[in-house]
Amino acid sequence: MLRDITLGQYYQADSVIHKLDPRVKLIATITFIISLFVVKNAFGYIIAALFLLSAIKLSKVPFRFMVKGMKTIIFLLLITVIFNLFLTPGEALVSVWKLTITKEGLKSAVFMAIRLTFLIIGSSVMTLTTTPNNLTDGMERLMGPLKIFKVPVHEVAMMMSIALRFIPVLLEETDKIMKAQIARGADFESGNLIKKAKSLVPLLVPLFISAFRRANDLAMAMEARCYRGGDHRTKMKPLIYKKRDAFAYFVLLCYLAICIGANLLVIPGVIL
Amino acid sequence: MSLILDHVNYIYGGDTELAVHALRDVNLKIPDGQFIGLIGHTGSGKSTLVQHLNGLIKPTGGAIYFNGEDIHEDDFDKKKLRSKVGLVFQYPEHQLFEIDVFSDVCFGPKNLGLSRKEVELRAYEALKQVGLEDEFFYQSPFDLSGGQKRRVAIAGVLAMKPDILILDEPTAGLDPKGRDEILDRIAMLHKTMGITVILVSHSMEDVAKYVERIIVMNKGRVLYDDMPKEVFKHYKELEQIGLAAPQVTYIMQALKARGLPVNTEVTTIPEARDEILRIYGKHA
Amino acid sequence: MGIIKTDKLVFEYIRRDEEGNVEGITRAVDEVDLDVAQGDFVAVLGHNGSGKSTLAKHINAILYPSEGTVWVDGMDTAEEKNLWEIRQNAGMVFQNPDNQIIGQVVEEDVGFGPENMGVPTAEIWERVEESLKAVGMYEYRRHSPNKLSGGQKQRVSIAGVIAMHPKCIILDEPTAMLDPNGRKEVIRAVRALNAAENITVVLITHYMEEIIHADKVFVMDQGKVAMEGTPKEIFSRVEELKELRLDVPQITLLAYELQKNGLQIPAGILTTEEFVEALTCL
Repeated sequence: MLRDITLGQYYQADSVIHKLDPRVKLIATITFIISLFVVKNAFGYIIAALFLLSAIKLSKVPFRFMVKGMKTIIFLLLITVIFNLFLTPGEALVSVWKLTITKEGLKSAVFMAIRLTFLIIGSSVMTLTTTPNNLTDGMERLMGPLKIFKVPVHEVAMMMSIALRFIPVLLEETDKIMKAQIARGADFESGNLIKKAKSLVPLLVPLFISAFRRANDLAMAMEARCYRGGDHRTKMKPLIYKKRDAFAYFVLLCYLAICIGANLLVIPGVIL
Repeated sequence: MSLILDHVNYIYGGDTELAVHALRDVNLKIPDGQFIGLIGHTGSGKSTLVQHLNGLIKPTGGAIYFNGEDIHEDDFDKKKLRSKVGLVFQYPEHQLFEIDVFSDVCFGPKNLGLSRKEVELRAYEALKQVGLEDEFFYQSPFDLSGGQKRRVAIAGVLAMKPDILILDEPTAGLDPKGRDEILDRIAMLHKTMGITVILVSHSMEDVAKYVERIIVMNKGRVLYDDMPKEVFKHYKELEQIGLAAPQVTYIMQALKARGLPVNTEVTTIPEARDEILRIYGKHA
Repeated sequence: MGIIKTDKLVFEYIRRDEEGNVEGITRAVDEVDLDVAQGDFVAVLGHNGSGKSTLAKHINAILYPSEGTVWVDGMDTAEEKNLWEIRQNAGMVFQNPDNQIIGQVVEEDVGFGPENMGVPTAEIWERVEESLKAVGMYEYRRHSPNKLSGGQKQRVSIAGVIAMHPKCIILDEPTAMLDPNGRKEVIRAVRALNAAENITVVLITHYMEEIIHADKVFVMDQGKVAMEGTPKEIFSRVEELKELRLDVPQITLLAYELQKNGLQIPAGILTTEEFVEALTCL
């Protein structure tokens, strides 16, 4: 059933990470990603791994959910590894036919794989522990200063939140229209690309019409309930920093400091 | 031309704890030429059931036979089945997409691979059957009124010349006159062309007025399958599952409770009128 | 003057062909005079396209009159400065339950109106709680609206409106897309609000059974008020209603049929009790 799809991939649990302010989680995720590209040696990655693992542990989300996100990028990951492995010039290790694996290539392939994996798992921790709604709120607040430059921050956040609300509705609708057209003998599967694209017309036209009708209705309903943009608006669930958020920022700062420190560490004899 | 459902089960949501048993051991025989009412409250499985009848959903257990052939055998022609078992979804006007009414109605027969002449002939006939005037044929379907759009959408299915026509709440959202017009048209098609009609409806009054057999669904099971009079005798049980009998049934029950010797089996207004007049010694 | 009053309200729109040339002018609402007293339950009947929805949108200042005037709580809807106060005082519930819920969680949706009005956070929570309780949806406050039934969604929409503390609510065919149980739920909730909170209700519908408890009924046709009266008065005019593409409740129709065949039954019977009483008195 399409209506059961939950967007994003929020996993309900009662943990410290879940309770953190979404702004903390957004900033932490960004910091973590930056740190992955800042660190230069194995120690850095070990620290990043420890940081990530403790976040996962604290979040009480089963590990298999974290890895789920990996499935979608496994292909990208492989390509990156192969390119790095074979196309990095340097000291040759193994050479088969025209392909040469260099020491530098091996190093950068391993680092790249670790970076991508950590990046995906790291952002999964955020999306799994934060409701899409909360996330939108967090983004709206973080991007607040951009209002000075006339960036429509509130509008963008409202759009995202409406999209999240309506995606399941439209998915269900797509399913319904598709079935209705199949019942009239439509064929969405066979034929070449052009034929397939053409066969989508009976699906897409009603879908667009419906989406516009809904948008129209919704705009009217919002206006009827006194919606007039972000000014003068109060919040039912305002974001307020708590003690644990301050502590989280402190931990984050320490983490960043250690990462930078690790870069300075050079142990003789260790090539990495 | 008969449809037989043999121990049909349908479970979705896989083998997780969220799995839903939408149909449980459904056995039905749909012979030629009947006018059947399918009732049940929202979520009782009636929508899932009708989607099984033209092969849109495959049962997870049991089999469905159309003219004796299992419709989920590999060599069975599903497209042909869909032309023989026409399904009109709820709010069917939401599936209109062509630039004019006539082309939209042509979509179904065109998909059957018929000649252009045959396609256009069928579209024309179907639009006549739903009573749409010629002047609207080359208008955009989106410029029509709600009732007209609904009729065009039904014509889109009729143009496939189905032997069985299933309509999922064809009157939803229409005003009283619009409801009567659609149902009268359908009754007419049933009478003149002998099409089997399965009407999914929430209105007991409509069901009582038109159909000869009622199938009541509850929690994925067939609870009753009988003539309207017999089914509505169980009005107390129907209430327990979130349904009701036609208002007339309650009126007759109330009269009987006050000691009037009325026949409580009547379900429609004309029947009730005649019954009361009989008791008061007058004839319509 | 009542809470809602219209004086010779006219709404016209220009029809254009595909090139944008004027084809003609349609009068969707034609010289309508309404006067609704505070606390009344008023029903507006009419077939599809009779102008009843267009009329409703004037009360919430979504549309403005082409001619004539609309006052809500004494404020002229055509004056820009009154806009937000009118929208807060005359809440509106629409037909499609899916297309008017904005929040991703029930309670957030109910809070949407008060948020827009700038109500302080603590008070929003109070209003959300009391509104959800008033429509019997409090236990669903943390649910996603996508998983509710049609009747439940409409009750959430009603809660979203009453959280704005309006003086009246206009419901534009709120039950047209619901099943019979959903319809009953919604009508029950609306009647309770009208009785307990003294909120004025304007219910637009074409289900005849929903209006038998109304204080007053207006029947619209071609933009005009074609009939006006109590439900009893309206439903005793069976033939006229049929000409307007409408109907009467089954019980009224049966009584009418019997009357036509010579039984001495009063016109405009609305309930089974009345009917049984009338028959046994013969």
